[in-house]
Amino acid sequence: MIHARGLVQTFHTKQGRQKVEVRAVDGVDLDVAEGEVVGFLGPNGAGKTTTLRMLVTLLRPTAGTATVAGYDVVRESEQVRRSIGYVSQAGGAFSQARAGDEVVDHGMLYGMSRKAAVERGQELFTELQLDGLWERMPKNMSGGQKRRLDIVMGLIHDPTLVFLDEPTTGLDPQARANLWQHIADLREKRGATVFLTTHYLDEADTLSDRIMIIDQGRIVASDTADNLKAQVAGDLVDLEVEDPDQVTTVAERLARFGGGIETDDRHVRARVSRAGKAVPGLLRDLAALDIALESIEIARPTLDDVFLTLTGRSLRDAEAASEGANPLATDDETGADQ
Amino acid sequence: MRFVRESSIVFRRQLRMNLRNPAWVIIGLMQPILYLLLFGPLLKPLIDQFGAANAYTFFVPGMLVQLGLFGAFFAGFSLIGEWREGVIEAERVTPASRTALLVGRLARDLLQLLVQAVILVGLGYALGMDAPVGGMVLGVLLTVLIGGACAAASNALALTTKSEDVMAPVINVVMMPVLLLSGILLPMTIGPDWLERASTFMPTRWIVDATRSMFGGDFGGSEIYWGTAWATVLFGLALWWGTATFRRENA
Repeated sequence: MIHARGLVQTFHTKQGRQKVEVRAVDGVDLDVAEGEVVGFLGPNGAGKTTTLRMLVTLLRPTAGTATVAGYDVVRESEQVRRSIGYVSQAGGAFSQARAGDEVVDHGMLYGMSRKAAVERGQELFTELQLDGLWERMPKNMSGGQKRRLDIVMGLIHDPTLVFLDEPTTGLDPQARANLWQHIADLREKRGATVFLTTHYLDEADTLSDRIMIIDQGRIVASDTADNLKAQVAGDLVDLEVEDPDQVTTVAERLARFGGGIETDDRHVRARVSRAGKAVPGLLRDLAALDIALESIEIARPTLDDVFLTLTGRSLRDAEAASEGANPLATDDETGADQ
Repeated sequence: MRFVRESSIVFRRQLRMNLRNPAWVIIGLMQPILYLLLFGPLLKPLIDQFGAANAYTFFVPGMLVQLGLFGAFFAGFSLIGEWREGVIEAERVTPASRTALLVGRLARDLLQLLVQAVILVGLGYALGMDAPVGGMVLGVLLTVLIGGACAAASNALALTTKSEDVMAPVINVVMMPVLLLSGILLPMTIGPDWLERASTFMPTRWIVDATRSMFGGDFGGSEIYWGTAWATVLFGLALWWGTATFRRENA
């Protein structure tokens, strides 16, 4: 559905008196197959939205080529626009117009008749749980309702390929979970191919078949969430020893299974590949030595660990470096992906 | 055909929003009406010195051009609001012609201006203006033409700056000399030579003079041709600028 080769986008900005060329996207290759749900993950300022804007014909690539739904984004932009649905970060419905009117006008700009646009719009309102809100102005809707309205606008002409730019940014946890269900339905019920950008690890993890990680304008990884996590050297095993004198012995034993041994008071930690298989053997060893454990914890690697392994920085550090702390991002990224 | 259809979808959408929130239309109209009611009477005793017979026949054309210039120049502000909420971007990913996105909005601005102009002329008539119908019609058309130029320029400026904070001062900087050097309130002919000469470089002075001559039923003077020519040229330039801005890939 999407094939891009060597996509580049440069911007010119002024730093003091000097004109500086910024390569926001720096040679991106990507392929998305029909029916796939792909999460495009990266910190703010990594080039996610810029890449997306090139794919949806809002921005002409400085260099490189891309075909979307079988059409060239530069030469056949009109056919591309006809085939895709795009839900931008800002949305698309004016806050002081009636929701239904905005949806119908949008459908008509795609060439639909008024009647067809009204019918399709009302069906979509029902599908996305917006019943009874046809006459309401978006400014009087909740954040979740407003996002679902934006999605209705993106789906009014039944596109087979849907682009979502940061779909759940700024939503409360319930509204996010609800929207995730609707995004999952895009493929389950409509058979659509979905390309979504996000800087939320849990979102990419939950929704996508495949994750592409972009950092500083380049794609640094593209694989399933599980495979990406497998690249990190194993799961984190944390043993708490009853008797502090035995910590050294436990550390020696654990070192046979994995690397990166750390000790901290009565805790011994290490990265162990396939910890689920290794740990029973380890426990037998320790039992044979008469060493008792207070507790044992095994944590699967998170996408944050993946990002750290790939770029040498944690996703949140990269975020902070790019444009200061994003107050919306912090809550979600700490807890949810564990 | 498709272009007309797409433009009219955009036009109807804009019109619907205007009718639901007519505050700007009313504010835009209040200004010339207040001038007419509160400044017009001051002109009456002075009118002989201008070489004009009727204060309102002199004053209404100036107010018309002012309406065309100022009212239309604020048209772009609503576009910034729409852009901020992602409306423009959402429209630009549809297959609709990007020129139609501008033309539909311009049509709304022109209709609004036409309605305001008719009300203004009607009010002037009620106050005792004495003008031939043909002249009034032509004068209103000229107003719509220059108003269209300003509306197109305003939309282009809005989509270029994307900020009310930048746009408002720009409009002020442009508008003050235009207002003062066009003879909208008082005729430039009563001023000193240097001031009148300076005003001949202001295209809108010719448009004000042309509208005034049309309302006076005097179609022989060269200002008619100069005014019409300037309005047409400005309209063409502004339309080209607006279209280029809307079509630009990276807006």
